[in-house]
Amino acid sequence: MWTWFFQLASPKWVFQFIEKLLPWFRAITLVLFIAGLFLGLLYSSLDYQQGNTVRILYIHVPGAFLSMFAYVLMAITGAIGFIWRIKMAHIVSVSCAPIGAILTLLTLISGAVWGKPTWGTYWEWDARLTSYLILLFLYLGFMALHSAFDDRKSGDRASAVLAMVGLVNIPIIHFSVEWWNTLHQGATISKLEKPSMDADMLAALLTMIAAYQFYFLTVLMQRIQGEILVREKLTGWVRKLVIASK
Amino acid sequence: MAMKLHRKKRLTAIIASVFAVSIVVGLVLYASNQKMNLFITPTEVQAGIAPLDRIFRIGGLVKDGSVKRSETSLRTDFIVTDGVADIKVTYDKIMPDLFREGQGVVAMGKMNDKGLFVASNILAKHDEEYKAPEVLDALERAGHPVKKTAQDSKGS
Repeated sequence: MWTWFFQLASPKWVFQFIEKLLPWFRAITLVLFIAGLFLGLLYSSLDYQQGNTVRILYIHVPGAFLSMFAYVLMAITGAIGFIWRIKMAHIVSVSCAPIGAILTLLTLISGAVWGKPTWGTYWEWDARLTSYLILLFLYLGFMALHSAFDDRKSGDRASAVLAMVGLVNIPIIHFSVEWWNTLHQGATISKLEKPSMDADMLAALLTMIAAYQFYFLTVLMQRIQGEILVREKLTGWVRKLVIASK
Repeated sequence: MAMKLHRKKRLTAIIASVFAVSIVVGLVLYASNQKMNLFITPTEVQAGIAPLDRIFRIGGLVKDGSVKRSETSLRTDFIVTDGVADIKVTYDKIMPDLFREGQGVVAMGKMNDKGLFVASNILAKHDEEYKAPEVLDALERAGHPVKKTAQDSKGS
């Protein structure tokens, strides 16, 4: 059992393992996106208040969910790398940031597009929207800080600390709609209660969340591979790989 | 599994700093609690929390049966309620599409001396419920009119 755990810390083993997984993950992502977009944009019912506008939900909500998931993963792997000095953990942490930032941006833009016809405004400085904007700045700050160091190890550690400290923002985003009066409505899906949406809408939303999840993992694995190649460029196995591919 | 001392030190440092930052952020948020709210409720206005000399936002539900639209202008008069207190609001611009009775609304504006809230901007809130309109209505729109009984046509 421990051999598997130690293999996870070896960049070479991880690179080859990802190589095997990638085709499957790409296929699953594609299938889920086709199914989710069909369900969400064509099949699912209109909302009794919003009509067709509600379909932005299937783009917006999975983006919000995954951008926060990516942040938690980035912070936890950063912490593991910081405490145990594991190179692979930092590689995962650093690879999360650009994907999370893009998902955050997508959520902000789709939210603005949704807000105009329903609320009557693109943007409002309420607690949910503001704390979520801070998430984007945390991602950008993480990437800027990491690239500011000439020594990669120092950059890894410094940005890991930023990620962990910024973790405090995640519960604030989640609970902002309960703690304060906000324009943004409360959570529709919670683990403890029955979701307050129709079954066909819920099916579309869950499919889209799964699609985003697999998209995130697929891109993450590709970024991890790239990061491994850059960091291990002087090792024998990477050289062999490069020569073989020429 | 015994942890090496330097790792334990780093772990403690991380937990301590995350804990410290959480407390700082928590205290800041707690101290600015009222400022973090986008709007205040009619009950809070009646309790005197509202800054009556300045522009502020109120939020609540549009009271059922309270919306009166002017026939000659864009002016709309309605009542915002939180179930306990009511506030009369007037607005003379175009309403957001989702503005309707029984739905949430956030109004920005100022109290005049007659206790009427003169809104300069209205935002519609929507709740976390997503559902299809009545099946009957949907069928009708698709060109399959269904005979309605008196009860059906009332909707839910």
